Amino acid sequence: MTTRSLTHLQALESEAIHILREVAGQCSNPALLFSGGKDSLVLLRLAEKAFRPGRFPFPLMHIDTGHNYPEVIAFRDQRAAELGERLLVRTLDESIAKGRIVLRNPGESRNRHQSVTLLDAVDEFKFDCLIGGARRDEEKARAKERIFSFRDEFGQWDPKNQRPELWNLYNARIHPGEHLRAFPISNWTELDVWQYIAQEDLELPSIYFAHERDVVVLPGGALLPVTNLTPVPDGAVAVRMSVRFRTVGDISCTAPVPSEAGTLAAIVKETATTEITERGATRLDDQTSEASMEQRKKEGYF
Amino acid sequence: MTHTQLADHGLLRFITCGSVDDGKSTLIGRLLFDSKAILADALDALAVSSRKRGLEEVDLSLLTDGLSAEREQGITIDVAYRYFSTGTRKYILADAPGHEQYTRNMVTGASTADLAIVLIDARKGVLPQTRRHMTLAGLMGIRHVVVAINKMDLVGYDEAVFRRIQAEVAPLARKLEIPHLQYLPLSALKGDMVVERGGNLGWFGGPTLMELLEDVDLAAQDLDAPFRFPVQLVCRPRTGGLLDYRGYQGRIESGSVAPGDAVTILPSGVRTIVRRVEFFGEDLARGVVGQSVTLHLADDVDVSRGDLIAGSAGAPVPVRDLDATLCWFGERPLDPGSRLVLRHGTREVRAKVHAILGRFDLQSLESLPASELRMNDIATVSLRLQQPVAADPHGWVRSGGSFILVDEATHATVAAGLVLGQESY
Ligand SMILES: Nc1nc2c(ncn2[C@@H]2O[C@H](COP(=O)(O)OP(=O)(O)O)[C@@H](O)[C@H]2O)c(=O)[nH]1
Repeated sequence: MTTRSLTHLQALESEAIHILREVAGQCSNPALLFSGGKDSLVLLRLAEKAFRPGRFPFPLMHIDTGHNYPEVIAFRDQRAAELGERLLVRTLDESIAKGRIVLRNPGESRNRHQSVTLLDAVDEFKFDCLIGGARRDEEKARAKERIFSFRDEFGQWDPKNQRPELWNLYNARIHPGEHLRAFPISNWTELDVWQYIAQEDLELPSIYFAHERDVVVLPGGALLPVTNLTPVPDGAVAVRMSVRFRTVGDISCTAPVPSEAGTLAAIVKETATTEITERGATRLDDQTSEASMEQRKKEGYF
Repeated sequence: MTHTQLADHGLLRFITCGSVDDGKSTLIGRLLFDSKAILADALDALAVSSRKRGLEEVDLSLLTDGLSAEREQGITIDVAYRYFSTGTRKYILADAPGHEQYTRNMVTGASTADLAIVLIDARKGVLPQTRRHMTLAGLMGIRHVVVAINKMDLVGYDEAVFRRIQAEVAPLARKLEIPHLQYLPLSALKGDMVVERGGNLGWFGGPTLMELLEDVDLAAQDLDAPFRFPVQLVCRPRTGGLLDYRGYQGRIESGSVAPGDAVTILPSGVRTIVRRVEFFGEDLARGVVGQSVTLHLADDVDVSRGDLIAGSAGAPVPVRDLDATLCWFGERPLDPGSRLVLRHGTREVRAKVHAILGRFDLQSLESLPASELRMNDIATVSLRLQQPVAADPHGWVRSGGSFILVDEATHATVAAGLVLGQESY
């Protein structure tokens, strides 16, 4: 019997492939943002399905805050090499050295400073589109994000000045200096991502699976991983527990969750039944301000 | 793994329409909240048991809130997307605002929707907005419409009220020729007939909203439609063992395709045969609507991005004059002199609005004479194109009959277009 209709993962996959091919067809110099994290690993698999046996029609790019888990960086390099695709890395350390970024104190979170390095890289390489793995279910401000999201010449996102997206007809026209962000997995949820990773049996950095780690339980319940960047706060005590990361990013703002899930199947199950949204549980910086994501997006953050 | 044992009924996209205060946010909150429980149950392979209704404890505005600019204004001004899953089907809900000024948002949300829920407040009955929402759903080719008569708890769950409103909607629904129409009494607040039947609407024998969503047959119509494949990219690696590899990459927008099928390349009109339907290195016996694949053709024909590969039987005739219904989105009214680009599938051609044939009045459902096109207007127009486009008439199979207009100077998307009657081979 032949397929009559697509499973939900096939439908999402097909849509994402279509979007990637539209970026390739409409944009002259795109790049795919790749961090070694799960969402960008899904993007790479989708790009393989979109373009093989050809090469990717864009390089991979990572904006490295310098505060990443080393196993994730090693994984990033390994994966790019396996695929035989070009990986560009631009670091916040370079931006700091050039005086493009000024830290108020050396220990502060580098997360929101990424925008500077990112926009400098857009200028340097004259990229007209950056493909990212953001999803609309991640955060309220993202629920209205377009699949092709328009940024003005200052890299800014104006929620009131976005193009309506009809059917699957994307309008990627821009003026010189402007650029687009394209989000092929906009319509995926965290559960879809984990189900897809399980279905495709994708390899992931080890910190996505349950492991023993020293953490501090913060007053709101979030877990602070104990690292040399995030030492045990005065008066607090570290405890060792079984945790995993649901998202990996800058060390200073990514928190693990308690978990015993050591396999993809166990993670899928945990994700399906969890009541807390991904960012609510795992982002340390978003909790300060309701509208902080929207604010950062306006400034050019991914 | 438990989830692999569950049937996967794919992805359903739907839209909710209602006037302010009809209970849209409450209904969405109820669906998101109750489906979470279903999902947990489904994954535990437990029978769906009667669950405690806890919605009153959830702050609904937190579930459906959007951007801070809108929070300040206290209105929703754009389409927001919500996601939930029951374990057997995934749902994407386009939340389009009810404010009458924002036709464009509803048209945008409706363009990808398989189903529309039109909410009516049982106390108020059919409002002008109700007619507008139904009409837009019909115009945009949404095949499944659920007329949800909400707040039944406030009219004592009275069947007579439900029947009266149903009788009011029926003539309009007939006029719009919506193929699958259902009426449903519910209370979004109390939960009756949303996910659980509840005990108050015992006189109603139909399915709950959730049962209805779970049962929509998505494949039926698009699969039998003619094959349409806009070419996105040509893959020619020209390396190693791939010197002769030439694949056409794109997505099957309607129908299906198998090796041996006769196809026509448009607009050139060249005919050939499909040799392979490839997906990520594998050969498919048949590719179906929705799938992104790579096609290989029997002859070395000239095909590039912007071409349409169509099933040879009933392939559309390329034209340079096109009549269409437009929904105007531009901030400024249509300027007859402005340079527009029409995007149909992957094809872009220069276009001019040659004549405005009439403006469609969403209230009277009649076409009125018009000399201007303003934001949120719906009008029939004649377009003249610089290059030919092979378009299908927009009908209940939507692909092939839809396009957008882009302003060449500002790059803004200024209109959504639906092709009116066309010739085919
Ligand atoms: N009694 C009752 N009130 C409801 C029902 N659905 C919504 N409401 C109330 O109607 C008001 C408007 O609902 P809301 O969901 O915000 O409407 P929206 O403007 O369409 O999003 C709120 O006070 C809700 O609590 C219902 O089924 N029964």
